[in-house]
Amino acid sequence: MSILIDQNTKVICQGITGSYGALHTKGCFEYGTQMVGGVTPGKGGKTDANGLPIFDTVRQAVEATGADATMIFVPPPFAADAVLEAMDAGIRLICCITEGVPVADMIRVRAVLDGRNAAARGADAEHSRELFTLVGPNCPGVITPGPKTGEGTAQSKYTNAGCKIGIMPGYIHTHVSEARTGKAVGIVSRSGTLTYEAVWQTSNLGLAQSTCVGIGGDPVRGLDHADCIRLFEDDPDTHGILMIGEIGGEDEERAAEVIRTECSKPVAAFIAGKTAPPGKRMGHAGAIISSGAGGKPTGTADSKVEALREAGAEIAETPADMGAAMARALGI
Amino acid sequence: MKIHEYQARELLSSAGIPVPAGAVIHNADQAKDAFDLVTKAAGTDLAVVKAQVFAGGRGKAGFVKLVRTADEAREAAAFMFSNRMVSNQTGPEGLEVSKLLVAAGVDIADRPEPRVPGGVTKEEYYLAITTDRNTRRNVLIASAEGGMDIEAVAEQNPDALIKCAIDPQMGLQSFQANEIAFRLGMKGKQVRQAANIMLNLATLYDVQDCTLAEINPLIITGPTDDFPDGRVMAIDAKFQFDDNALFRHKNQQEMHDPSEDNPLEVRAAEHDLNYIALDGNIGCLVNGAGLAMATMDIIKHAGGEPANFLDVGGSASEQAVTEAFRIILSDDAVKGILVNIFGGIMDCAVIARGVVNAAREVGFTVPLVVRLEGTNVEAGRKILAEAAADLPTLQPATDLADAAEKVVSAVKQPVA
Repeated sequence: MSILIDQNTKVICQGITGSYGALHTKGCFEYGTQMVGGVTPGKGGKTDANGLPIFDTVRQAVEATGADATMIFVPPPFAADAVLEAMDAGIRLICCITEGVPVADMIRVRAVLDGRNAAARGADAEHSRELFTLVGPNCPGVITPGPKTGEGTAQSKYTNAGCKIGIMPGYIHTHVSEARTGKAVGIVSRSGTLTYEAVWQTSNLGLAQSTCVGIGGDPVRGLDHADCIRLFEDDPDTHGILMIGEIGGEDEERAAEVIRTECSKPVAAFIAGKTAPPGKRMGHAGAIISSGAGGKPTGTADSKVEALREAGAEIAETPADMGAAMARALGI
Repeated sequence: MKIHEYQARELLSSAGIPVPAGAVIHNADQAKDAFDLVTKAAGTDLAVVKAQVFAGGRGKAGFVKLVRTADEAREAAAFMFSNRMVSNQTGPEGLEVSKLLVAAGVDIADRPEPRVPGGVTKEEYYLAITTDRNTRRNVLIASAEGGMDIEAVAEQNPDALIKCAIDPQMGLQSFQANEIAFRLGMKGKQVRQAANIMLNLATLYDVQDCTLAEINPLIITGPTDDFPDGRVMAIDAKFQFDDNALFRHKNQQEMHDPSEDNPLEVRAAEHDLNYIALDGNIGCLVNGAGLAMATMDIIKHAGGEPANFLDVGGSASEQAVTEAFRIILSDDAVKGILVNIFGGIMDCAVIARGVVNAAREVGFTVPLVVRLEGTNVEAGRKILAEAAADLPTLQPATDLADAAEKVVSAVKQPVA
């Protein structure tokens, strides 16, 4: 029915008393997410505007609420520490929304995460499960839409069967029960607003979304496109996959390889940044046609589009064509 | 952020990586003393005078000069301070030079035999550390073919490049540095010197939150009394820093030289707007970096050319939107504006009010195409419709493709 999160996911917010943390805790709460509390060191024992309990540490929050997911809104200098704290408290899904985290911090976080997951797999080789999943940083988060049941207020939640963790507008998403075509697609993207654009286009074409994952625009992060495509491939209720990439790195090229060798579902893809000049950082730290050590341009839009086309993905030539490309791939 | 050559030398030096003696001068009268100082310190009779500007093409423009006497140094400095440097990277107006580096000349040892056919014939090496986003590790890259375009080396002799991943929790280890030094063909006491340079560079990379630290060339001098196997030194270096980590590096903020920043980009940054000037004539105002890039793409697809990348971010105020208009309009090339907003956190009404304010306060006559979608979109459209008198050039668009076609065709209309 979805990947990563569903209506049973219990979510806390790290940085719940900051302006963004508070705003989006409210947004998730009113969407219908099981928000169970938040963390701000020094403010433990209080409650927030939604009546949610605030804790001093993530461990206390987990012990009291049984939370199994977190969204992180703490400022960039403290974001890596917040991820490590969540991991140490045993939270399995960590969504880091914070923008502007130093690359060196994320390299260390990824090394710890990969080490723990490798150890978990070693102990439980048969299941090869990931113990921890990191989404982001610098991302909009993850949403599994539910059927609409209310107006999106505290009294009348938008849905009672969905889960939204992050900053995306909930109402543009469609649950499969409300979609004209009866098909649901998984969406994975490095960009926030471009994801909303894709969601909007698919919803308007009568398609639902199973889960949408914003993996974030930073060069070193948690989940990448290939990971999400594998998860969507294994989800029986995802009928097609729409991936939105951008210039920089080789993430999309690796995803193309997974699409070619492991994916049986229809895939559509769009790559942003065809017209971006080399060497300029287009807002996202990761979105740059870089001349790495030496000077050869890497991560151009053309190389990514070519790899995806060869892997059999339906290419959206323009950002206005993303929904239509997904429909074409599904044969609708 | 770019730093000057003299600043890169200071960073290397502070990290314990040897560089030839050098001095920075601010007027031609300082050139003689600088020459005497650096040549004496290095025990040589040769020095190089180099203009400290970011633009390339210094050599051809006459702004890098080999000098053999203090008088020659003064002459070269006088020329560089009294002329603007014009190269293919500066534009015809050229650049004023305010600082020169006077560096001691170095005797680079001959290489008895090239390592690869057509390879370098001096003891010049390449050494760099950069972040490899695919392996999520920092990686050290070394080559015996230094001093030249390393990209050409990578293409013609991929085997001539040595790569070594650095463990994020342990850092570069001595045994790794030794191994690389041996593989580079270092001999005797050169090995320890080169390995130390690698270890120090790795520490510097870490401490300064670099995304690139490149020494090119790393050289070995001819034998001297103190260094019978020659001395391993860095001649030139290039650094890139992680902008996200700037908050913990006061020294980098101090090193920043704004003289060559684009003034519009600086102004935008002061208002938390992410603006990059481009060459076309269609100004763009978009929320979100991905959507902003995609908007540029669709303009191009419709046959137009974007004048800029501008991401107003997720929480811009009306004032920021108005300022964004001012910035877009101060580029004279702009002949039309496309506003593309998908409100998530961003409220369409805020954008609409910002657009109306801009029309009233700044005033503009170029065609304006606005596409609004998302949070509070009806209120936003209403605000624009009610202010129609102030927005004579406004065309609403229904979707992204419609918006791009409208603005491109508006810009192509001959001006009446």
